[in-house]
Amino acid sequence: MAKSLATFRRYRRTLARFWATSLTAELEYQANFLIELLSVGGNLAGSVFLLSLFFGHGRSLGGWSWEQALVVLGVYTLLDGLTSTVLQPNLSTIVTHVRTGTLDFVLLKPIDSQFWLSARTFSPWGLPGVVMGLGLMAVAAFRAGARPGPQALVQVAVLLIASAVILYSLWFVLAATSIWFVKVWNATEVLRSALVAGRYPVAAYPAGLRTFFTLVLPVAFLTTVPAEAILGTGSSQWLLASVVVAVVSLALSRWFWGFALRFYTSASS
Amino acid sequence: MPIIRAEGLTKTYRVADKQPGLRGTLRHFFARRSREVPAVKDVSFSIEAGEIVGFLGPNGAGKTTTLKMLSGLIHPTAGRVEVAGHVPYRRQGSFLRSISLVMGQKQQLIWDLPPLDSLRVNAAVYGLDDARAKRRITELAEMLELGDELSRPVRKLSLGERMKAELLAALLHRPSVLFLDEPTLGLDVNAQARVRDFLADINRRTGTTVLLTSHYMGDITALCPRVLLIHQGHLFHDGPLDELTERLAPCREVRLELKDPAPAEAFAGYGAVESCQGHQVRLLIPRDRLTGAVARLLADFAVVDLEVSEPPVEELIGRLFRQGVVA
Repeated sequence: MAKSLATFRRYRRTLARFWATSLTAELEYQANFLIELLSVGGNLAGSVFLLSLFFGHGRSLGGWSWEQALVVLGVYTLLDGLTSTVLQPNLSTIVTHVRTGTLDFVLLKPIDSQFWLSARTFSPWGLPGVVMGLGLMAVAAFRAGARPGPQALVQVAVLLIASAVILYSLWFVLAATSIWFVKVWNATEVLRSALVAGRYPVAAYPAGLRTFFTLVLPVAFLTTVPAEAILGTGSSQWLLASVVVAVVSLALSRWFWGFALRFYTSASS
Repeated sequence: MPIIRAEGLTKTYRVADKQPGLRGTLRHFFARRSREVPAVKDVSFSIEAGEIVGFLGPNGAGKTTTLKMLSGLIHPTAGRVEVAGHVPYRRQGSFLRSISLVMGQKQQLIWDLPPLDSLRVNAAVYGLDDARAKRRITELAEMLELGDELSRPVRKLSLGERMKAELLAALLHRPSVLFLDEPTLGLDVNAQARVRDFLADINRRTGTTVLLTSHYMGDITALCPRVLLIHQGHLFHDGPLDELTERLAPCREVRLELKDPAPAEAFAGYGAVESCQGHQVRLLIPRDRLTGAVARLLADFAVVDLEVSEPPVEELIGRLFRQGVVA
């Protein structure tokens, strides 16, 4: 018990150092902040405009009203912000580590290598996306008439964490394939584009795609399910399914990393 | 009890057997063929705590592969290896805490930040508290003659300064075994000497076991009382450097300057005649017969000057690598 507490403290301290150093490094480039702010703002405005086109004359989209659909867009913007803050900067470095052989240093540290690779850096430039996403979610939910109570808010938090975990696992597994293919930048870009589908409620898609986005690429779990919870239209089955999918994908990503490392450590020179 | 023990250590890589060109690539794509390339074959040795051992061998001899098996980065295909009481490739925390690896061509320091930031990260990873980390940094920085450099971004440091900072980062957790792969690569003579002095110093002060590979014979002659020479995956020599020289060059070269010219045949009884041009004669004489032969030469001929020399070790090893002959 005392030992695991010490380990926990060590990881927490390491994470603090990780993020402090990356923040120091990033702040050397202040202009990035403005650029990122503009880019997130522009992107969001574009998405909102596109979404508004579907909703002329009181029409609805797959049973979703305009405000309700905006909640989905809010969740998407939040996740995209998280991607820019943590996922993208860390997981794109895995490729560099494999290519230049510096993965060796990571593997020789007495710390979980998946933790190191997933948490090593932190980019503050994704934070505007996170803030805008949260803001949009709150405003749109309020205007849609949703007044979630404390219990619903806890559910929303759980679902958002589950979404983040699912997203992380997808990214990590894809980035880990760089052990074999070395160049996987494009693949992660493809993933990011595919996830753009999460901007809209999954009900807006034809039945075939809907199944695909639920069972193959879990876009439905990423944005629609948390949005339903915010709006109070979700069900406990979906909550449970989301948590299960999150736990399974996290476990899968850990297993996959161990599997990939077996190749790295038996093949590298 | 030895701190490093390798028994029958073997590593075979499976490499793709691909013909060059588009046709070869296509054929390879549809019918993958691979062949096995042995990198390290049945290497056994053991190293006691506190030793400094040099790893010699040409490129591709299996030095780095061996080092990687010892540090736990790759699994051996066969054989057994034990470092600091652990099986390296399991990479248990207590094992990783007792070793460190420095690679001349790769760096662990964060490029855009001062070394101090990377050192703080390492301190947290190894669970060192701030006070202890600071004390160790000060101590090591003093030994390495590093000062301001630690607070300048790594990208602005010279190669020598960077290597010293890498060494600091690698030693912060006080490993009992330090592996170094070409630590002086690309450094100028002064920086090389400083790195060597530091390694000797740290070994003396803390008893850290040091295992290093190097292309520069200077590193090996200055630091390593014991040398492991790997050639074509085999352990060719394990012992002091002069024993290696003896094995590679069992003969000494004797140059004579004679008062009166003599024919080559006249020297046949003393050793192998390398050249004989008038007054100048060069002979190769086995070491065990050297003193007797020299005495007789001095007695039998009118010798103006006599010089006995040993071929430089670089040349001997170089010759061995080029010829690929293992005596």
